[in-house]
Amino acid sequence: MSLDRVPFGSWLDRRLHLSGLLEFAGHKTVPHHRFSVVYYLGGMTLFFFVVQVTTGILLMLYYRPSAEGAFESVQFIMTTVPFGWLIRSIHSWSANLMVFFAFVHLVTVFFTKAYRPPRELTWITGCLLFFLIMAFGFSGYLLPWNKLAFFATKVGTDIAGVVPVVGEWMLRFLRGGERVTGGTLSRFYGWHVAILPALATLLLGVHLLLVQMQGMSSPPSEEAKPDRRSMKFFPHFAMRDLFGWILALGVLASLAALFPWELGEKADPFAPAYQNIRPEWYFMFMFQTLKLVPGGQILGVEYESIPIVLFGLGGVVLLLVPFLDRGIAVRGKSPVVTAIGVLAVLYILGMTAWAYGNLIPIWVGLATVVLLALFSLFTYRPQGRGKP
Amino acid sequence: MELRNEGMGRRRFLNWILGTSAGTLMASVLYPVVRFLSPPEVPESTTAQVEAGPTNDPELLTNGFKIIRFGAEPVIVIRLSDTDIRAFSATCTHLSCIVGYRKPIERIWCNCHNGQYDLTGKNVAGPPPRPLTPYKVDIVSRGPDQAGTVVVSKA
Repeated sequence: MSLDRVPFGSWLDRRLHLSGLLEFAGHKTVPHHRFSVVYYLGGMTLFFFVVQVTTGILLMLYYRPSAEGAFESVQFIMTTVPFGWLIRSIHSWSANLMVFFAFVHLVTVFFTKAYRPPRELTWITGCLLFFLIMAFGFSGYLLPWNKLAFFATKVGTDIAGVVPVVGEWMLRFLRGGERVTGGTLSRFYGWHVAILPALATLLLGVHLLLVQMQGMSSPPSEEAKPDRRSMKFFPHFAMRDLFGWILALGVLASLAALFPWELGEKADPFAPAYQNIRPEWYFMFMFQTLKLVPGGQILGVEYESIPIVLFGLGGVVLLLVPFLDRGIAVRGKSPVVTAIGVLAVLYILGMTAWAYGNLIPIWVGLATVVLLALFSLFTYRPQGRGKP
Repeated sequence: MELRNEGMGRRRFLNWILGTSAGTLMASVLYPVVRFLSPPEVPESTTAQVEAGPTNDPELLTNGFKIIRFGAEPVIVIRLSDTDIRAFSATCTHLSCIVGYRKPIERIWCNCHNGQYDLTGKNVAGPPPRPLTPYKVDIVSRGPDQAGTVVVSKA
């Protein structure tokens, strides 16, 4: 593509040196193989992130972060502001889809071993982004200041308080005091709209830069093949990306229109706890695990704190996977790490299903695999069946 | 020649389809966003009258005036004597600052640009273009030995 054909193209080029960038984009390729479909998952997560930023900024125009005004302002958005119900429902649905796609992205990157050298830093920034997304979810859940959110936050922050040694401090740090109050709400709001977005933008920048610098990783099984193929990023891969985003926008709009997000009842710190208090679905496996732990102490440590510390360690292990998995770096395979990954995914799915008392989480897991396989029909053509 | 024309026609048709689809998609995204950005009409408060405290309110006695809330509107209550109490909209007609009262010169005064109104609310000096909207004041007796209550209502 030449800049001369675009209005102001050469004028801009003399000032911004865009032709180098276009040159890079023109030569950029993406490996083309039967697992190529997983390359679209990061872009999909990014799409939902952009939706979150856009709708989040819009919601800030009417939202009031105080115990007195928060619930009423969300109610105002939902009932009086033109298309307010749509913007808020899209924000809620997109948040959930973002968590979902970030998780599927993480799982596929894990099983295709894309974290192996030299992409350790891409993995670490990606994991940190995933934790940030969970923090976004946790802090955003409280903002409507309804009963469910209030008690879920109470329980959630209480869990942090059980951690040995630093628990007490963490609890006060999270709540901005001893109890969940209007102070906690403004604190969570600050995290949700300023601190977390700033961190996420920074990490996302590094993550995307690394992906551009190092290119997409091929799974070891594909990398070993002699006749490796690739696809031009422009226009072939970008068009498929765009197709996916338009599809996602359609799904998002349908979900928001057909199943608008409920607001519930206003939180009352002096009312008895709700029945069925529970966190968002992506925290359910941890919630269920904690429910199974009996009360009691061992060596002065409460039983309850053991799984919490273990989950924390699990996060650290996840972050360090590229350095712990020596097999893939040295021998090119690591079946034990794969097996541990499978067990972890089964544990998460199983615990979530148990928490809800139905098999829907399992079906969602299976449907995701089937859908990925179906979409790979669009994204991959075996050799000899036409050009990609 | 014929083939080429047909090819151009098809290309133009496809470009048109693509362009209108992209345009429609953009419009369907932008329309709710633009509508969301324009704030909805919130009905004005329907306050009909407000109690403004006793006629011997210490603030009224010292400053000669006080500002009360009349729904979302600030209203200035001025005490000239036990029986002569007046109320006006406290929003300056110039640039919407809140006015005060200068007892020594008996003028309602806006500090922002030195706008002045007399005790009937009429704009008499400075930039204000219109008089202040007057409010009706009633003094409700609460007993022979007690100060009456000032009740402000829309005139």
